[in-house]
Amino acid sequence: MAPHSAMGCRRAVLAAAAMLAALVSAAGEPDRTSEAIAKYREMLDEANPAEFDEARGAQLWKTPRGPRQVSLERCDLGKGPGVVKGVYAELPRLFADSGRVQDLESRLISCMTSLQGIPEGDIVARPFSTDAGRSDIEALVAYVVGQSRGATMNVSLRDPAEHIAYALGERLFYYRAGPYDFSCATCHSQDGRRIRLQDLPNLTTKLGAQRAYTTWPAYRVSQGLFRSFQWRLNDCFRQQRFPEPVYASEATIALTLFIAVNAGGAVYNGPGIKR
Amino acid sequence: MGDPMKIRAAVRGSVTEVKVLMQHPMETGFRKDDTGAAVPAWFITEVTAKHNDRVVIHALFGTSISKNPYLAFRFKGGVPGDRVTLNWVDNHGDQRTDEATIT
Repeated sequence: MAPHSAMGCRRAVLAAAAMLAALVSAAGEPDRTSEAIAKYREMLDEANPAEFDEARGAQLWKTPRGPRQVSLERCDLGKGPGVVKGVYAELPRLFADSGRVQDLESRLISCMTSLQGIPEGDIVARPFSTDAGRSDIEALVAYVVGQSRGATMNVSLRDPAEHIAYALGERLFYYRAGPYDFSCATCHSQDGRRIRLQDLPNLTTKLGAQRAYTTWPAYRVSQGLFRSFQWRLNDCFRQQRFPEPVYASEATIALTLFIAVNAGGAVYNGPGIKR
Repeated sequence: MGDPMKIRAAVRGSVTEVKVLMQHPMETGFRKDDTGAAVPAWFITEVTAKHNDRVVIHALFGTSISKNPYLAFRFKGGVPGDRVTLNWVDNHGDQRTDEATIT
């Protein structure tokens, strides 16, 4: 009797140990996956093809173009005409000359129309690169954001117009609509979620917003193309099955500002590289 | 003629580590465009790397390699100031040669 019960006891212990091991490995699974993804990212970081877009953008920046044949070297991105260093860490912001809160892309459009005389329609006709052709504005974005690497995110809410934009952005973030009744918050307000292998940042937390915002714009390996922040938002709306947002519109700028303000204090580290 | 490569070569102990980023569409020939027409194959077939005049790697590339390929390898020897030359040839007969100095 005694040996039997000892055996039974041992068996129970073994079973419990096996179950514990199973539980531990099940709990360990997502970590190992994330670890592998992190390692893959690290490898990609060594060789970011966004560098080629940065180089193309730098060339476009100083080349006289448009009907007036002038370069963008007098373009004011917020720190005075011609200053590129660190500007992305303080965008979007209110610009006195246009009277609007502008993000990098809408500001580039302003410069291209006012300085170079390129019609706005020609610029926004190809805002995003495709296999068929590269977008000039995306290359310019790559160049400008690259010049802010290492700068600390500091988007201000000094002006009432910027407060209004922030409030609008916040509202849009939580606004549920469309055939799926989705909002940005549906995917981006919980920790530890992902779509397939892509981590979904929780943009309602400081850390989540910081990690996401400081690594965009980025080169997408799966598409083989450099992507701007306007593209990121445009594609999020597509995935939610919303109507397509107007390029560089008040709504997309407000949403950008909302996330950029939440990412305040982080060191900007773009252009990034994504799967 | 192709677009320029980005080459980094650095001595690590007794080996030289080389990292190369190439610009190439690497089309497999199996994709179709928006109109349904096949996108013609266009990919790198051969990559050769030289340390000064000595061939250190000769690789055959194919369609399983991604767009804008990244190649990293190590070879024995090499001192700062030496030359590393990379050359690729694609199936159109186009080629590109770039070089870097070992640091």
